[in-house]
Amino acid sequence: MASSGRRVSASRLRRALTPWLFLAPSLGGVAVFMGFPFLDVLSRSFRDAMGTRLVGLDNYKAVLDNSAFRLAAGNTVRFLAVCIPLLLVLSLSLALLLTKRAEIYGKLPADSGDRGGCRLIRTTMVLPMAVPAASMVLIWKILLCPEGVLNQALTAATGEPWETDWAFSPWAFPVLVVTYLWKHTGYDMILWVAGLQGISGDLYEAARIDGAGAWQELRYITLPQLGGTFCLVGILSLVNSFRVYREAYLLAGSYPDSSIYLIPHLFAHWFLNLDVQKMTAAAVMMTGVFLAPALAGRIVQRKIGREKIGRKKVRGGERM
Amino acid sequence: MKGRHRITGILLFGVCLLVWLPLLLMTAAAWMPEDELYWRYLSPLGLGRDQVRAALIPSYPSLAAMKELLVCSPGFFIMFWNSCIQVIPMAAGQLLVGAPAAWAFARFRFSGRRQLFGLYVLLMVLPFQVTQVSNYLVLDRLRILDSHMGMILPGIWSTLPVFIMTRSFETIPTELVEAAYLDGAGQWYTFLHIGLPLGYPGIATALMLTFVDGWNALEQPLTYLKTKSLWPISLYLPDIAKDKAAVAFAAALITCLLPVLIYLNCQEELEQGAASSGLKQ
Repeated sequence: MASSGRRVSASRLRRALTPWLFLAPSLGGVAVFMGFPFLDVLSRSFRDAMGTRLVGLDNYKAVLDNSAFRLAAGNTVRFLAVCIPLLLVLSLSLALLLTKRAEIYGKLPADSGDRGGCRLIRTTMVLPMAVPAASMVLIWKILLCPEGVLNQALTAATGEPWETDWAFSPWAFPVLVVTYLWKHTGYDMILWVAGLQGISGDLYEAARIDGAGAWQELRYITLPQLGGTFCLVGILSLVNSFRVYREAYLLAGSYPDSSIYLIPHLFAHWFLNLDVQKMTAAAVMMTGVFLAPALAGRIVQRKIGREKIGRKKVRGGERM
Repeated sequence: MKGRHRITGILLFGVCLLVWLPLLLMTAAAWMPEDELYWRYLSPLGLGRDQVRAALIPSYPSLAAMKELLVCSPGFFIMFWNSCIQVIPMAAGQLLVGAPAAWAFARFRFSGRRQLFGLYVLLMVLPFQVTQVSNYLVLDRLRILDSHMGMILPGIWSTLPVFIMTRSFETIPTELVEAAYLDGAGQWYTFLHIGLPLGYPGIATALMLTFVDGWNALEQPLTYLKTKSLWPISLYLPDIAKDKAAVAFAAALITCLLPVLIYLNCQEELEQGAASSGLKQ
C-alpha cells in the first residue's frame, strides 16, 4: 500500500480505511459470536457456579483432577498423534502414485477422455468426503457388527469363528482411525496433487542431468517444495480430526468404549449436566493448547528475522 | 518398468474399490423390499441378531422403500427441508461476509493484518466444543436458541471459508489488480470484477466444504435445537433407522444425494481451488 507518492490526507485516510471496510462485516460477526463471548467464558472460568464469586484456579484444578478429563484428553492426543501422520503419509503416497500414473498416460488435466483412469480415481477418492456421517455409519454397521461382513471374511480366512463387536470393543479405536482415513484421504490427496503439479519441471530436469535417482528427487526436490501444501493439509486435517466425533457418536453412542472416549464426548456430558465451570475452564485450557505452538512459532520466527536483519538488511515480514 | 506400472494401477484402483464397495452396499440396500432387507440386515438395523447376508445387487429390486420414504414419510421431508433452510443461507452468508474479508487479508497490507489472520486461523482450528459455551450464551442472549436462526448465524461467521478464500485470492497476479486500479477501477469494482471471477475456484471450494459440513452437522443441532421439528436431516437419520427400519437405507441414500451431486458438479473448482490454495505459502 505504500506505492503512492504525495496525496491529500483525506485520500490517504480513505486508503487506510479500505481494508477495514472490507473486513468490517466479518469482524463484527466474529466479535459478537466468538470474541466477546470468549471473554465471558474466560471470566466465568475463574468464578463459581453462580458466576458471582471469584474462586481463582479451582475450576482448572477440578478439570485437571477429573479422571474423565484425563482419559478424554489422553485419548484425543493419541488419536491425533496416530491419525494425522497416517493421513498425511497415506494421502501423499497416493498422490505420488497418481501423478506418476498421470505422467505416463499424458498430461494430468485430461483434455480428452480419461487417460489411465486418473480422473475416475480422483473423482472416486473425494466421494467419501461428501457422504454424511449418518449414512456412512449405517454401512459401517453392516461391515462391523458381530454378525457382519468383516467377521465373516475373517472366519473364512482363518477358519476360526470370529464374533468381535468391532465398534464396542478396544477395536473401536482402530475402527475410528480407519473411518477418519476413509473419509479424508481423498481430499488431501487432491491437495497434494495440486502441490505436486505446482513444482516446476525444470527442477527435476536439472536433477536428472546431475544424475539424481528417483529417491533423491523425492527427498531433495519434491518434499521441500511441498512445504506450503504440507501446512495446508496439516491444518485441515487437524480441523477435521475433531469432527470425527460425529462418526464416533453415531457409531457407538454417547458412552463408547473407553478407548474412543474423546474430548467432545466429555463436553457433551458436561453440557448435559450444565457443568459450566468445568466447560469454561477446559475451553480456556484447550484454546491455550492451540495458541501455544502458534505463539512459539511466531517468537522463533521473529528471532530468526531479527538475526537476519542484523546480518544484512532484508525486507520486513510481509510474508504470511 | 511396465510391471511396476501395473502395480501402481492395481494399488490405485484397489483403493477406489474400498470407496465403491461400501457405497454400493448402501445403494443396493435402498432398493430392497422389506422382507429381503430384514433377511439380509437384521443385525445392522438393530432389530435382532442374525447372520448378515451382504449383497451388492438386490435379489428382488423394489421401489417400496423409496415410495414409503418419499411419499408416505412427511417427517423425512420436513427434516430434509430443515437442512436446506439451515445450510443454504449459511453458505450465502459466508459468501457475503467472508469473501470481502478474505479479499482484505489477501490484497491489502495494513497493520494488525498478520495477527488478525492468525486469530482467524486459530478460531477455525478450535473444535466446536471449545466455542460451544460462548456460542450458547450469545444465542441465549439474542433469543435465537432453538430456531433456524440459531443454526445459521454462528455458521455464517465460521472462519474456515475466509481462510480458503484468502489463499485463493492471493494467487491472483498482482499486475492484473494493479492494471485495474490504473484504469481507474475503484476498490469495490476491482473486488467484484477481478477478485470474484478469478478467485471463483477458491470460493466454490469454501462454499462446498461449508455445505458438506453443514449438511453433516451434528454437534450444533444437538446443542442448540430442542424442538424435534427443527432438526436437520443429519440428526433425524439415526432416528429413522429405529422408527422405520425398512426405509433406513433409502433415507441414507437420499441424504447423500445432494452433497454428492454438488460435489460432482464442483469437482473442477474443487481441484483448482486446491491448486490455488496449495501453491502459495
